[in-house]
Amino acid sequence: MQASLSSRPNIACRSQFAAGAAATSKRSRCSSVVVAGLATEKDNPFAEELKANAKHISRRGRGILASDESNATTGKRLETIGVDNTEDNRRDWRQLLYTAPDLGNYISGAIMFEETLYQKSREGVQFVDLLKEQGILPGIKVDTGLQVLPGTDGETTTQGLDNLGARCEAYYKQGARFAKWRAVLKISEGEGPSSQAILENAHGLARYAQIAQQNGLVPIVEPEVTLGPGAYSIEETAYWSERVYSHVMRLLNEYDVLLEGILLKPNMCLPGLDAPSASPAEVAKYTVRTMMRTIPPSVPGIHFLSGGMSEEESTLNLQALQDACPNSPWSLTFSYGRALQSATLKTWQGKEENWGKAQAILTALAKANSEAQLGQYKGPHPAPGGGRILQALRFGGAGK
Amino acid sequence: MSLELIETAKYLSAPGKGLLASDESTGTIGKRLEKAGFENTEEARRSYRELFYTAPIGEAGISGAILFKETLGQQAADGTPFVECLQRQGVLAGIKVDEGLVPLDGCPGETSTRGLATLEAACRGHVAQGAKFAKWRAALKVGGGCPTEQCIETNAQQLAEYAAVCQACGLVPIVEPELLIDGNHDQAAFADASTRVISRCIAHLQRKGVVLEATLIKPQMIIPGADCTGPKADPSEVAQHTLAVMRQCVPAAIPGIMFLSGGQTEEEATINLNRINQEAQQSGGCPWSLSFSFGRSLQASVLKLWSEDQGEASKARCREMAAALAHANSRAVLGKFEGPHPSITSQQGSLRETFRGWRTDV
Repeated sequence: MQASLSSRPNIACRSQFAAGAAATSKRSRCSSVVVAGLATEKDNPFAEELKANAKHISRRGRGILASDESNATTGKRLETIGVDNTEDNRRDWRQLLYTAPDLGNYISGAIMFEETLYQKSREGVQFVDLLKEQGILPGIKVDTGLQVLPGTDGETTTQGLDNLGARCEAYYKQGARFAKWRAVLKISEGEGPSSQAILENAHGLARYAQIAQQNGLVPIVEPEVTLGPGAYSIEETAYWSERVYSHVMRLLNEYDVLLEGILLKPNMCLPGLDAPSASPAEVAKYTVRTMMRTIPPSVPGIHFLSGGMSEEESTLNLQALQDACPNSPWSLTFSYGRALQSATLKTWQGKEENWGKAQAILTALAKANSEAQLGQYKGPHPAPGGGRILQALRFGGAGK
Repeated sequence: MSLELIETAKYLSAPGKGLLASDESTGTIGKRLEKAGFENTEEARRSYRELFYTAPIGEAGISGAILFKETLGQQAADGTPFVECLQRQGVLAGIKVDEGLVPLDGCPGETSTRGLATLEAACRGHVAQGAKFAKWRAALKVGGGCPTEQCIETNAQQLAEYAAVCQACGLVPIVEPELLIDGNHDQAAFADASTRVISRCIAHLQRKGVVLEATLIKPQMIIPGADCTGPKADPSEVAQHTLAVMRQCVPAAIPGIMFLSGGQTEEEATINLNRINQEAQQSGGCPWSLSFSFGRSLQASVLKLWSEDQGEASKARCREMAAALAHANSRAVLGKFEGPHPSITSQQGSLRETFRGWRTDV
């Protein structure tokens, strides 16, 4: 794996990081004591369980099904196949996913939206129990959506810290064993995310992770450097991703988050939508380099998001990662939403008679990505030749 | 040039390889020589260092030797420059580029490190003399409210600045945030402080755009303080705590973690390093080499022999001892050290010194 010395592309920084950008250090003159880096492990009764679950979810040949779209977002998807956005329809759609035969051979965890966590199948079986039967751990999206940061060019912070402890406790009781919180950072033409956006989102992620662990949930930490318009290069994506992850990891350590009990959900490094697309080998090279430079080995699993990549692209890129990092210290795997659901949804069309076929597609997609995780994917792809599956950012979701 | 730095870093941290830290400033080495009965003259320093650079340390597992600036320009008795003596046996020459510790304003007992102002010029000069890598040491106290936020932040910033300048000049930087063995803190407290310090250092390196693939880090193993009243940590505990901290803080891109010996006896340092590597192998491996950059732990027995007799036969024995100490630690990097340890000083106890080199004379 080659790495070049000049890892900085020639781009303008929206703002400079001040030398003491952890501006909170102003308050801490010499009298403040620097406390506990590993205190959490001793103090947290969930420590061993968190480590075991994180390891279990990220074990070889497995990945996560991200099915935690909010009701509004789910509605948009159902709309594309002419299905109304009702609770029953949402329930049917998720039931289709969670009862797909043999899904548990390839999927180790499924992220749910709050409504779904408490739903039952048509036959009255709790979804968490259906998943358990499949050997799939239930997860829960705990953030309540994006909010625009004032004074920025559409950059966002993520909401959901209020009352998070109590909510996590309730989710754990219901059967959830991991959580997810999505932060979004933007690269626009020639400019990366502002330092305000980076620090704000990194703080949110670290605080969320801390609270989740206190309540027995393995936090998936998702700092998504989102694929967007513009002709920016893959090197620029890698550069900004490095900066973002560096701050995220620094804050996770400062907040005493037990790294062996988290999972990371980053973006792969891709060029901007208006730049020529990169080959799997190139994506892998920059993505692996970025992970090597920022993620310490104690994190057991890195579950890449599919974020707009087509189904086939998601699988091929995942496989290329294994080739590019044969002795990787963390599992390089997936947490795919659109890349597992898009073709499945299209096949279902909301019709009973397509139920089995749709489930078969889902399992086939999960299998393809499981094989890719093992570096053993051979094709043909169950959903070949698809284009980018893009989705606009939603603001002000407030968890609905 | 860029790939060369990455290759150099890989070479220094190759399997079974480690570093000889022989870069004691004139003041520090002077204290040791005087304690051993020598006068602190340039010739005394030169002839002492010659024992090491003319010993077969290369084949014994040393990939690089860190020199003090005076030494970088010195020669063996037969006129061969030290850099060449080392080069011949595949040992890269490194150079200490910091100019010692200074008290940190407003933080009693804490220090920062001098040398940034003249660093670039110094680096370019040393490259011309044949140096391939550099080292800069920060020292942080643990306990009694230390290390403070200001101390950590200041030292981390300095280390990152130093590392960036080195790479721009063509030297692989060894980043050394030494948490001192002084104090009565226990192993857990030391682990906590180390985690905080090392991850801050990494964050600053990243912020400065330092290429991690061409950087080495030189931390202390996770051990209790020298005055800790609890039981001494056994090698297995040292290994577990050390691995946990390193895995928590150090990104996979860094090719080597070169532990300092900082006050451990020669034997302790080797046994702990060996156990660290065995534990690492047994727990799924690590992405960086777990190696050594030892000063006292590679030198104390040699100095002892040398102090007793400076004749030709003794020189040969000193060289043998230098190689034997190096070999023991090279085996430890592979997790394959087997006793007995060649050390003849371990019975004297810790090699801890209270002289901290705060003086600025050189």
